[in-house]
Amino acid sequence: MDFPISHSHISPIYLVVVGFLIGILGGFFGVGGSFIAGPALRLMGVHWNFAVGTDLAHIVGKSIVAAKRHRALGNVDLKLGLFMAVGTIGGAECGAQMIQALKRAGHVDVVVSIVSIAVYVCISTFMIWESRKTLKQAKASGAAKTSAQKKRDPSSFRGVTRRIQRFKLAPMIKLPVSGVTISLWVILFVSFIGGLFSGFLGGGAGYIRMPSMVYVLGIPTHLAVGTDLFEIIISASYGTFTHAVKGNVDILIALVMHTGAAIGAQIGAISTQYFAGPKIRLAFVPLPLIGAAIVIYTLLTGHKL
Amino acid sequence: MSAAIQGNGQMKRETATTLRAFLVELAIYAVLVVAYFFAVLHFLGDWLFQLQQHHHVVYAAVAILLIIGQAVALESVTSLLLRIIRGRTE
Repeated sequence: MDFPISHSHISPIYLVVVGFLIGILGGFFGVGGSFIAGPALRLMGVHWNFAVGTDLAHIVGKSIVAAKRHRALGNVDLKLGLFMAVGTIGGAECGAQMIQALKRAGHVDVVVSIVSIAVYVCISTFMIWESRKTLKQAKASGAAKTSAQKKRDPSSFRGVTRRIQRFKLAPMIKLPVSGVTISLWVILFVSFIGGLFSGFLGGGAGYIRMPSMVYVLGIPTHLAVGTDLFEIIISASYGTFTHAVKGNVDILIALVMHTGAAIGAQIGAISTQYFAGPKIRLAFVPLPLIGAAIVIYTLLTGHKL
Repeated sequence: MSAAIQGNGQMKRETATTLRAFLVELAIYAVLVVAYFFAVLHFLGDWLFQLQQHHHVVYAAVAILLIIGQAVALESVTSLLLRIIRGRTE
């Protein structure tokens, strides 16, 4: 199938399958999946700038489908998502500006790569430790049987999270859906950092934001996944618009990819019902490691995947 | 003990029903998607290409609207299919 906007020729079946796989990951973990979509489009000869912009457009569509499904399951905190979108957009703009400044200073690639590898490995190591410890404790006290019990979200990091929640810097925001009251500045800080990495490394940086929501804000895992998807709709729409104005979006590719992602995202979202929070967090561990592997590959070969 | 076994059995039945419903949905969905490729994308291609070349801001707005519109439409189609199929298999 010819895609005249990006001057590429790609099989629609390939795009649908890639979209389907990313849809499952997005629906289950609340991530954009750009670490797969970007390389998958590049592999078919799509130019780098089109791969980034088109991926963002497809993420918007996929996140709408997954977030709607999560909302039906009661897994979306709209209030939190709106606050987070503000921080993410601000952070993404700062991240993009920082990249420009670092480029002028030189050695930007090495600095950014080493920092991101360290962050990804730390996230994965921490999540393995935390989720395994929590699962062992849950096993000792009797495993959750019902869906409602699975949604109750124990965490071995709860002590630190509670201390963060006790940080009373006005305005304090009450989040009844998540069952949390927390300073607005903490929410903005978490989303800003996620946005910063998004602007720094490209993609949605869901592999940083989703764990931050669980461990720093104390949001239950199922709600963190759904809310992250809702937040991605807003921030990725903004990113799609700015990229499209710059001529970096092939919307036809995004529409075809999205036909697969729409069904994958629903499967992913529904599947979260059958897993407890710590199990979702344990399954999440390979995602930041894939991100780290891509950065290492880029660093060693000089080819951007 | 027997309640736990009963609950486990019910969960397995639910999973099997959901899986079967998804497979049927996937088949119907595939047919709809193929029709969509030929009917809609074929006609939209040239118009979007011209828009992208000459009117960047309009193209950006149309791109966002298209992806949001498709997402809402596909979500409704898949939900409807799932409801019909699950209704029949249960």
